[in-house]
Order: sequence, then C-alpha cells, then structure tokens
Amino acid sequence: MTQKLKHSQRDEDIFVKALAARRHHRLAPVVLLLLALLTTGGIYAALAPSTAKAETVSTADIETGKKLFQANCATCHGPDAEGTDGVPSLVGVGAAAVDFQVSTGRMPMQMTGPQAQAKPAQFNEEQTAALAGYVASLGAGPAIPTDEQVDPALGDASNGMALFRTNCAMCHNAVGAGGALSEGKFAPALWETSPRNIYQAMLTGPQSMPVFNDANITPDEKRDIVSFLVEQREGSAGGNALGALGPVSEGLWAFAIGLGLLIGAAVWIGAKSS
Amino acid sequence: MAKPQRPTTAIGKTADYLDQRTSIGVLVKEFARKVFPDHWSFMLGEIALFSFVVLVASGFFLTMFFEPSMALVRYEGEHPASMHGQLMSAAFASTVEMSFEVRGGLLMRQIHHWSALIFVGSIVVHMFRIFFTGAFRKPRELNWIVGLTMLILALAAGFSGYSLPDDVLSGNGLRIIDGVVKSIPVIGSFMSFIVFGAEFPGGHIIPRLFTLHIFVIPALLILLIGLHLFLMVLQKHTQYPGAGRTDKNVVGYPAAPVYVAKMTGNFFIIAGVLTLMGATMSINNVWNYGPYDPSPVSAGTQPDWYILFVDGALRLMPGPGWEWVIGGFTLSMNLLIPAVIVPGILFTLLFAWPFLEARVTGDHREHHVLDRPRNRPVRTGVGVALLVAFIVCALAATNDLIATHFSLDIFVITWALRVLFFVGPVFAFWVTKRVCLGLQRKDRELVLHGHESGRIVRFANGEYIEVHAPLEEEERWLRVNYDSPVPLEIQPAMDARGVRRKGYKSDRRWQRLSQFFYEDRVAPVTPAELEAAHSHAQHDEIEAKEPTGAGAAGGRRKR
Repeated sequence: MTQKLKHSQRDEDIFVKALAARRHHRLAPVVLLLLALLTTGGIYAALAPSTAKAETVSTADIETGKKLFQANCATCHGPDAEGTDGVPSLVGVGAAAVDFQVSTGRMPMQMTGPQAQAKPAQFNEEQTAALAGYVASLGAGPAIPTDEQVDPALGDASNGMALFRTNCAMCHNAVGAGGALSEGKFAPALWETSPRNIYQAMLTGPQSMPVFNDANITPDEKRDIVSFLVEQREGSAGGNALGALGPVSEGLWAFAIGLGLLIGAAVWIGAKSS
Repeated sequence: MAKPQRPTTAIGKTADYLDQRTSIGVLVKEFARKVFPDHWSFMLGEIALFSFVVLVASGFFLTMFFEPSMALVRYEGEHPASMHGQLMSAAFASTVEMSFEVRGGLLMRQIHHWSALIFVGSIVVHMFRIFFTGAFRKPRELNWIVGLTMLILALAAGFSGYSLPDDVLSGNGLRIIDGVVKSIPVIGSFMSFIVFGAEFPGGHIIPRLFTLHIFVIPALLILLIGLHLFLMVLQKHTQYPGAGRTDKNVVGYPAAPVYVAKMTGNFFIIAGVLTLMGATMSINNVWNYGPYDPSPVSAGTQPDWYILFVDGALRLMPGPGWEWVIGGFTLSMNLLIPAVIVPGILFTLLFAWPFLEARVTGDHREHHVLDRPRNRPVRTGVGVALLVAFIVCALAATNDLIATHFSLDIFVITWALRVLFFVGPVFAFWVTKRVCLGLQRKDRELVLHGHESGRIVRFANGEYIEVHAPLEEEERWLRVNYDSPVPLEIQPAMDARGVRRKGYKSDRRWQRLSQFFYEDRVAPVTPAELEAAHSHAQHDEIEAKEPTGAGAAGGRRKR
C-alpha cells in the first residue's frame, strides 16, 4: 500500500518534473496550440448542430443518388458535384439544401435566368432522398429537419412574428406575400411553401437568401417562424385579405369597387329623372 | 277674408310651431324652390361629402377606444396570436385591442379607413370634373381654391390618421416625412426636432398627430365644407351646355323634393357601400406589420394611394450626385426635388390655373355654362398630362409589386418610369389635344352636313350620293353655342410716334402663352356657314329627288 502510494508519488513527481523541464521548450506553444485546437474541435464536434447523418441512407441509395446526379445534375454541377464556372460546388451543402431545391422543383433548373424558379418537382420522394443522400455523403452539411422540428403547432407565432419582422419581412413582405429584389430576382411568396421547405430555406440560404444558421436563429426560433407563417394562411380577421399586399392593393380596390360602385350609383340616380 | 288654415298633421303642427317662433319657413321656401341642374357628375362632390359624414361618425366611435400614447405596454390579448405578449406602444395596443376585443371595433376601423380612401378619391375625381369642364372660371375661382385647400386638408387628415396606430408601415412613412423635413435647408434639423419633440421617433408624435387628426383638421374641413356649399348655393350650380341653357339661367329641378330625395338616397347608398367594404374587405391590418420599431422595413411598404405619387417621385429620383454640400450645409436635392418641388409644382399649377387661364383668354365674364372638354383642347391636354404624371409617379411607388407580379426587373421599371415621367405627360398632352381638335372637326362636319342616313341614292348618270339627315335643334345648339377663344391681341411695341411702349415685353410673353393655348383652333360653325351648308343640302335633296342636273352637285358627295 505504502509502496504503491510512494510509487505513484514518484510517478507524479516524474510527470511534474518532465512537464516543468519542457515547459520552456521551443515547441511548447505549438503543442499547446494543437491541444487547444483539439479540445475546441472536439467540443464543437460533440455539441455542433447535427450534420448529415450519412448512416441513415444506405450505400445502395447513395449509389442510386450518384447515378441520378450524373444523369440530371452533372452537366452543370460537374461529375463530382464540385461545381463548374458560375455553378456552385455541392460538396458540404448538405441534404437539406438538396431536398429544398429538388422538392420545390427549383432544381434541375429549367432555364438560366435571374433565379431558379419553383415548378412541379421533377423527382419523387425516394429519388430526392437518394440525391440528398449522395450529396450529403460528399461532405458534411445541414440535414433534413425532422417533422417535429417543423411542426407549426409546437411553435410560438408571436415570437415567430417578431423574428420574421426583423429578419425576413424586408424581402418577403410583412406576412410573407413576397417581394422584389434587384435585377429581376425576387423573394417568393410563402403562402404555399411547406413548413419543411421554409425551415430548409432558412438553414441553407438558397439563391439570394442569406443563411440563418442555428446559432443565428435557433431551431426553436425557426419553428416559431414556421408557426407564424402557417398562421397567416388562415386569412385576415377583417375579411378578404386582398393579397396582403398593403396600401397599393387597398387603393386599387378602393377605386375599382368603392368608387366604381359609387360613381355607378351616381350615374343611376342622375339618370332617374332626366 | 278666409281664416288661414291651421295644419292638421303632426309634422305640419311641428313645422308651424317652429315657423311661428323662428320664421324658418322663409328660408325653407327659398331653399326648397332653388333650382339645381341635373347631371350624374354633379354628385361626385356628394360622394366626398357623404364619405366625410361616414368618416366623422366612425371616427367618433374609434376615439372612444383609441389611446394616443407612445408609452410602452405589453399586449395581453389572446388575439391575434402573433401579437400576444409583445411589447408595443399604447397606441398600437389599443388599435389591436379595439380590432379584436371591442364588438364592432374592427368593422368601424375598416369602414373608417375605406371611407378615407374613397373620400380623397372622390375629391380628386370631383376636382378633375371641375377642371375639365371649366367650372373653376369666374365667379368660381375662390371656390376652386377652397376645394383645393380641402384636398390638401384631406391628404393631411389621411396621412395623420394612417400614422396613428404606430405600426411598422406607417412609422416608415413618418420616417420619410422626418427625412423630408430634415432636407429643408438650414432649418431642417431644427424643424424635425420641433415636429417630433426629440430625435425621431421621439415620444410625442402620436399624441400630436391625434390632436391634428381628430380636432384641427376636421374642424377646418367642416368650416371649409360649409363655405364650399354656401358659395355653391350663392353662385348657383353650373350646368352642362344644351338647348336653352345660358349663363343667365339655371335649367333643372327644385331642391325639394327632387334633390332632397336624391341626396338622401345617395347618402344611404354611399354609407351602405362603405359599410359593405368595411365588412368584407380587410384594410390596414396593423397587426400584420407589427408595432413600430425604427429598424425593420418590410417589402411592399407603401403609403395610402393619395401619397403614392410622392413616394414614387422619391423612388424615381437618383440618389448619388444630388447631395450638394455648400458652405458646410448639406442640400439634399435628392429629397427636396421629389418630395417638395414636385408636389409644389403640382399644387401651384392647380391653384394658379383659373387665374392663368383667365389671363391668357382675356376673359372677364361670368360663366355658368360648362365647357365640353373637347372645346378647350389645351386645358384638357394639360389635365390629362397632369394625370399621366401622377399615375407614372404612383406606379413608380409600386415598382416592387409590379416587378413581382409581372416578373420584371425592378431597375428596368424604374428606368422606364424615369423616362416616362418626362415623356409621358408631353405625349399625353399632344395626343389629347389632337383628339380634342379632331372631335371639334367632327362636330363641325356634323353641324354642316348632318347625320349619315345610310340611304344611298343613285343618279341617272350613275353617280351615287349618301343622303344626310339634318341635325335636331338641340344637337346643333350643343355643337355651335360655345366660346372659342383666339390668342390675345396686344398693342404694338412702338406707338404712333415710334416710342417704345412700356410693358410690351410682358404683354408679348402673355401673348405667346395665349398663342400656345389658342393658336390651334377649330372655329365653331357660324350662322352664315350653316346657312350656306343648308342651301347646299336642300340643293342636294332636290337633286336627289329630281336627278336632272346631277353634275352640279357637290360638297357632301362621298369620295
């Protein structure tokens, strides 16, 4: 027992001595830096937002995805998805980006233009998943959110609106009716965008949209925004929402319906006796 | 002498009671027998009047629940879910609360807002009716000024009311006002501090706007409406040209019962339409925009339609290069030109128009018969040009919506509208003037040759003519009885002794302007011309009946 204790004390002594002896070594800062990097990197790896879980997609699916990719996407994005002139590389964009672009029909792109237009999806769910799996296997990126993450019923619409107002409304309009950007680009209306796609768009920042990563807007906050947007689809308490476009559409209707009817009535009354 | 009959009905007795004590019968008799000419376009001003009545009534309701304060509160209401628990000003909270918690509150708010849009809209339409028909001419210049002042007050009423809920949308409008005030040279920043009571947005603007909106502006409006109607009754209403209508008579119906019935009916129609709009079409859902905070500006931020032209002018104005620093003072021409000078030119032109037109026409007579727009090609052209400029600016304010809804590039729209702002009005003026002159020629042709009857007659020698039916007296009256001014004649530059005349240069300038107005003209048919044409027509008729000397026929022959 005592021997053991002594032994350990001696061990410790040796360790401390060695440390003390090498503390001023020329390479000590480098070692420390490496240790620091390893530690922070390790903590980050443990705590970082979940990245693509390639293991959920089987190797066979990835193979199918690769074939689909080479047949439909490689023309622009390159055979290894590393991008070509003016076309982004897809390494590291993650499954969420692929799922967003493909399930909304934006990719494969119909034609070049100010921005890719949404259209009926060109691939079914399985194919989309295979493509997403293949791209996710090329490098880690944001994963497709779970149903729970995008469930509007679990979000807080009030907080969602406050977040939407400060982060999104300047392009998408106060209630998501869409808006214009420069040179023919535009922020689309969000009336029909699925909660999953709304979430993915925030996560991956498609086209002109900035990325709102999970540090910027947390997953819970993203769900709040989804909740606010879905709530808007119930329409206005005041009657027909008139496109929720604000004073311009109100002015148009004031003239078209209001003044139209009233001038019509004036003509009718004026014609009654003369 | 028969004993005067006493009234027997309840109404009659009440009226008699009042009359014996106030002699009001004299006034009623005078007013009830007053004759007003009849035309649907004379009811446009009525739309404005009655929507104002609806505005006052619904506004009265809103003041019962609105709290004009910028104090910070937390909204505790459950509806709408997007507002629950948010921090906001008391003004915004009370607006949301009256919309969701007060029975009928949202309906009243929406009626109030739709009425405001219709109020300004009908004023503008009414004003253009006055403008195009020349109803602003002597003796009505003063009433034109009263009306324009009311238009400006209506804009002020609309803008102050739009800002009261203290939402993000209207707050952005106030921010623009703040920018415009600050752009006034030298005193701008002081003015901004006076208006807002602190650096924008401060804590005073909502209560201040409230006082303006519910007291000062409506009081002035009611005063001016009274004056407007008083002058209208005093000067008698104008009438459209037609057989038997002159500057010395009024052809129409008595106020009672005809117009009393029509006006009452029209009031109920107007109130009904406004209520229906308020009940079925949402307007200014402030909870969509959220409580004001100076940082966010959402896409599709525009003012109500009547301020669109200022917003559009601001959007059209290029920014760089238009901020001049002179002696340490910044002169923001990029704000001053679109927000001060453009509306300034518009309203100066409108205010000055009756006097300008009288001067270039050399006209000092009273006018009670309206012009047909075609008979004043330059005035009509200028009116259409103003409208086009207004619409171009309003479109510019909606450039982002045009871009998204028609898949266009917003920069291309802006550039196209910049060009149109200068080219459009000139082109519209030219086209309108030509159309007016063309219509005058058509009138001339019609008076001289009559209606085409569609009856083709063949002469013995094989020649065809179409027989024209002469015009009815009423039709002809309309087409020949109007003023067709000629450019001013002025004294020569030198008098008989070769001395240069003082004031010649000024006279010459007015003459040039007068020439711009009246040089291109189609003279109305004179009695002599009519006589000549008639003898011709009879000649033709005779020929048509007895086709012997066919070769001598001319004039009306179809080529």
